[in-house]
Amino acid sequence: MTVTAAFFYLFATITIASGFMVIASRNPVQSVLFLILAFVNAAGLFLMMGAEFLAMILVIVYVGAVAVLFLFVVMMLDVDFAALRQGFLQYLPIGGLIGLILLIELIFVVSAYVIDPGLVRSPAVPIPAADVMTNTEALGHVLYTRYFYFFQAAGLILLVAMIGAIVLTLRERVGVRRQDISKQNARTQETAVELRKVPSRQGI
Amino acid sequence: MVIGLGHYLTVAAVLFTLGVFGIFINRKNVIVILMSVELILLAVNINMVAFSTHLGDIVGQVFALLILTVAAAEAAIGLAILVVFFRNRGSIAVEDINSMRG
Repeated sequence: MTVTAAFFYLFATITIASGFMVIASRNPVQSVLFLILAFVNAAGLFLMMGAEFLAMILVIVYVGAVAVLFLFVVMMLDVDFAALRQGFLQYLPIGGLIGLILLIELIFVVSAYVIDPGLVRSPAVPIPAADVMTNTEALGHVLYTRYFYFFQAAGLILLVAMIGAIVLTLRERVGVRRQDISKQNARTQETAVELRKVPSRQGI
Repeated sequence: MVIGLGHYLTVAAVLFTLGVFGIFINRKNVIVILMSVELILLAVNINMVAFSTHLGDIVGQVFALLILTVAAAEAAIGLAILVVFFRNRGSIAVEDINSMRG
């Protein structure tokens, strides 16, 4: 057994085991932590396939941003997690049946596929050799030229998601005294201070 | 022993099945369902990169990058909706999400 195979089986086993623990864990915080473990090991699989840039992006974007966002929301919501686990066994038979059928079908597909030899010979954009160009450079050469509109659309999707998340969670609180600068600047001496002549020994 | 395309496709298939299974059995917790969707998208990404490597075509990695972007946007929007829903209803159970009578 070569080192490559050993590392593949290490990464694959941990990815699948932690993927199982994501859905089976009792505590959602533990689920998020297992999700992080699954993503890190999937990044290891990406590295073995030669997609170094995607592996690093997976670690940065998923572990650094998305998983932390999940963790933040899980800890922010005050939910009784013990009550959430009730009814777990109720859907286990139907879910297990459908999952088993899906798995068997996918295994059939994986074990019986045939790739058209013409596809192997004529890639749309061939991967350059590793000593000519790094993976990141090659990806950039394709992404910023041939797939530039896709790149722009991805940026647009992220912008819409950002604005949507802000609009959804922004809360207009009532009864809060907030600084209003235009109102402050609109005040003049006449509206703010009233000067009166006070006669001696009489008061106002 | 050579690790080929079939090995990676098998890992992706098992991960995809785990994601679908997670959606079915977790009827009380929307957060775990969102995490299952992330698992499914990760499985699709493994497939994309495996085929990209096997066919020697870098376009698969470009599309894996785009899937990653959409997955991040989906997680942000989904969690925002979840926070708003929890603020209004005080619960994140799937059975309580029935105001549209779907």
